[in-house]
Amino acid sequence: MNSASANFADRVAAPVERAVWRILADVPDPEIPVLSVVELGIIRHVRIAEGRVTVGVSPTYTGCPATEVIARSIEARLQAEGYENSKVEPVLSPPWTSDWLTESARIKLEEYGIAPPAHAVSNPKHLFREPKVACPRCSSMQTAKVSEFASTPCKALYRCSSCLEPFEYFKCI
Amino acid sequence: MSASPAIVTHSASAELRFRYATYLGDTSLILAQRLGEWVGHAPALEEDLALANIALDLLGQARYLLSYAGEIEGKGRSEDDLAFLRDPSDFSNLALVEQPNVDFGHTIVRQFLLDAWQLELFEKLQASSEPRFAELAAKALKETRYHYRFSAGWVVRLGDGTEESHNRVQAGLDALWRFTSEMFAPGAADEEAAAAGLGPDPASLRAAWLANVEQVLQTATLKRPADVPFRWFGKRHQHTDHLSHLLAEMQFMQRTYPGAQW
Repeated sequence: MNSASANFADRVAAPVERAVWRILADVPDPEIPVLSVVELGIIRHVRIAEGRVTVGVSPTYTGCPATEVIARSIEARLQAEGYENSKVEPVLSPPWTSDWLTESARIKLEEYGIAPPAHAVSNPKHLFREPKVACPRCSSMQTAKVSEFASTPCKALYRCSSCLEPFEYFKCI
Repeated sequence: MSASPAIVTHSASAELRFRYATYLGDTSLILAQRLGEWVGHAPALEEDLALANIALDLLGQARYLLSYAGEIEGKGRSEDDLAFLRDPSDFSNLALVEQPNVDFGHTIVRQFLLDAWQLELFEKLQASSEPRFAELAAKALKETRYHYRFSAGWVVRLGDGTEESHNRVQAGLDALWRFTSEMFAPGAADEEAAAAGLGPDPASLRAAWLANVEQVLQTATLKRPADVPFRWFGKRHQHTDHLSHLLAEMQFMQRTYPGAQW
């Protein structure tokens, strides 16, 4: 599975849609504000019909409470940029995967103190293995999972045995 | 008119889709509400977060399914109307999920039995003839996998832990086992849904579920209770008293201040 959002602007031919993608690239995720919604890989399509913009957005998790905030902030932002009556529509299929995080997202997550997903979900050799997660603070591989869950549904809680600091890990899903 | 049986088996009426969606949606919703009761009370912060996170995923499933149910019903009822303004006898969740939390051992067993069932259910529901069910199943399956890792992991830790933890989780299993037969029993919307190609035959989920559950129980040094005939049939709207109490709390705000908005 390739990142649908990588190099998005280059792949989009229509100038208006390209402009919308650029605006979206500046809309932050409410829970991990260093990432834009585009870097998170949740923007599935931008369509323009009769002067009205429709943005397809996939929830990262079915119960992610940020979903509605994201929809509202996208609509508000497009409104502010002069796109009247733009609309966000949910896209459930195919389900979002952490493989769709962009390369820049992985780097930003790590700088932010959140360990990025350790491997591609689509890589079958990792299916039955616990991932090896590097500590985002000291890069040690001596880390242990404390809990499958953390402050948001998309993250797990880890502890580093080298620097002894707890940290969050963006789960592979 | 030539009546072909093929047409009958492939066309699920809106009424059946509504009942199937509310059966699955209510089951997720009621368990989410039960897990929500743990917020601020779990034995450790990590487990508090874990139960709340699982509750959120289940609530997400419920919202999707109840929105769809309201849409297919065509009477203008929203997910909120269905969740907050129906009476206990209108709910069709499995009776297992309305059982009280009691203690962490009971809660984990209830979660484990349900997660193991959802694993099989969502795996097969991906082949539903109704894309809305298939889409949800593909999404929810990913989440159910880590719910299951969490609950099965705790069943083993508690079961194979101290005498106290073993006894508590065994007590939970003994109390809740009788509610599991309903998952696979015929005579409700899921059986009709299977006949219409909407979802899997409930009975077909049992073998894999049982193999999975037995293996975990064995690792956890727990005894599988004997199967007993069951008296409650939540998916046919026959509930234990616990559901009314749960709904009284869950629906309080909308019932007291109809139409209240944040």
